[in-house]
Amino acid sequence: MMLGFDISYFEAKYRASEAVCQIIGPATPQGFADYCPRFVQGTFTTVEILVLCCLIGLVVAVPMALARVSSNKWLSVPAYVYIYVFRGTPLLVQLFLFYYGLGQFEVLRESFLWPVLRDGWWMGVIVLSINTSAYVAEILRGGIKGVPEGQVEAGRAAGMSGMLLYRRIILPQAFRIAWPAYGNEVILMLKASALTSAITVMDLMGQTRTIFSRSYDLEIFVYAAVLYFVMAFMLTYLFRLVERRLKRHIAYP
Amino acid sequence: MFKTTVISLFLAFGIVATASAGGMKIRIATEGAYPPFNMKDASGELIGFDVDIAKALCEQLKAECTIVAQDWDGIIPALLAKKYDAVVASMSITEERMKKVDFTGRYYSNYLRFGAKKGSAIKSADDLIGKNVGAQRATVAGQWLEDNMAGKVRVKLYDKQTAAYADMTSGRLDAILSDAYPLFDWLKENPDYEYVGEKVDINDQIGIAVRKNEAELRDALSGAIKSIRENGTYAKINAKYFPFDIY
Repeated sequence: MMLGFDISYFEAKYRASEAVCQIIGPATPQGFADYCPRFVQGTFTTVEILVLCCLIGLVVAVPMALARVSSNKWLSVPAYVYIYVFRGTPLLVQLFLFYYGLGQFEVLRESFLWPVLRDGWWMGVIVLSINTSAYVAEILRGGIKGVPEGQVEAGRAAGMSGMLLYRRIILPQAFRIAWPAYGNEVILMLKASALTSAITVMDLMGQTRTIFSRSYDLEIFVYAAVLYFVMAFMLTYLFRLVERRLKRHIAYP
Repeated sequence: MFKTTVISLFLAFGIVATASAGGMKIRIATEGAYPPFNMKDASGELIGFDVDIAKALCEQLKAECTIVAQDWDGIIPALLAKKYDAVVASMSITEERMKKVDFTGRYYSNYLRFGAKKGSAIKSADDLIGKNVGAQRATVAGQWLEDNMAGKVRVKLYDKQTAAYADMTSGRLDAILSDAYPLFDWLKENPDYEYVGEKVDINDQIGIAVRKNEAELRDALSGAIKSIRENGTYAKINAKYFPFDIY
């Protein structure tokens, strides 16, 4: 069933990229147009992985950041270890360890998890999510620490405590403070996602390397660079737009 | 005392340098991850059929050679960037590569085979439909899969052949398409797996790549291949790895 879904999904992606290329193909240089569907397909996959891992990463990061700033040692120490392990080791090492490492265990190979774990795409999403969650937790921690003490005291004076205080006073402001740093992290993840090509994922980098292995034209990498740049540029713009809205109360008219 | 040692050392090097200046100097690259053709032993030394052939050719040409390891997908770009002069790395002579580099005559010939686990449902290429099939990126096997099986099987491409083997033993891959001889070698050590289906004969010839417009080096190497074929050196190396002639 899984496989059936996959194949029709891949087919859909392939058709979509063919359609895109019919529109943009004629306007692009020959070296790009020859392999256009592959580039577009790779770009789709990169965006897919980026969106998923940033969403999952954020969902994991919020409780992780709360645990990290907690005064309870049973919460803060594990969070500290998690964050420092995944920030302190190279992403490529994590990818290899998870992808090839987990595959060694017979137990896992026979478990219901294997359809997910055997797939490079899923492993890429999982490892990137874990990695980015560690960074984002640390960014959020900075945001939480950045909320003025007076606000917390005012909240307490108004009778708020615990979760309510976090939900109404601390977290909204922490997100606002952390937003620019978070935007930076997402762009770093866009570029880091290229590493998944090392575990058989056909993202933009994977497609590019496969194309390059046929033509040996270095211009292929220029096209990939341009595509990554366009994506990064669009992300920057998007984040700045949101930032402006978040900070409109302190912006000059 | 120390001074005289240093001076005599310099002199000694000077003499060696002048002595070798007469012969040809060839810098050779291989991949180092393609057993039994090229790989590294425990001490990191490059060994294998390709390496032995390269050394035999150098001896034949009385050339002074250095052999370095280079990752596969950068092996042609680095040749063009003059990091070395020749690639002896089981490289198939293809039209696409010939646009960028020159090849000597073949030093062995190759065909492709599928490999899969013994007792699996895969008996022929038709049984592969909908399955995960792996190959090394930037090889004739990888390209053959993409050109002939894309859409029918899920093609997984690896940077190194050894990584594809790892994923077959972990069960991620249902089958592998590979150059026949490296797979033959791997099957010897992994008796749970076997060749499946027919040979995929793509008339594949393996040559040594050199930069274009270096006809002198190309012809010297082509000539040396013929010579070691004739004087029995080739047969001796061949027998070390395979019980049949792969030329």
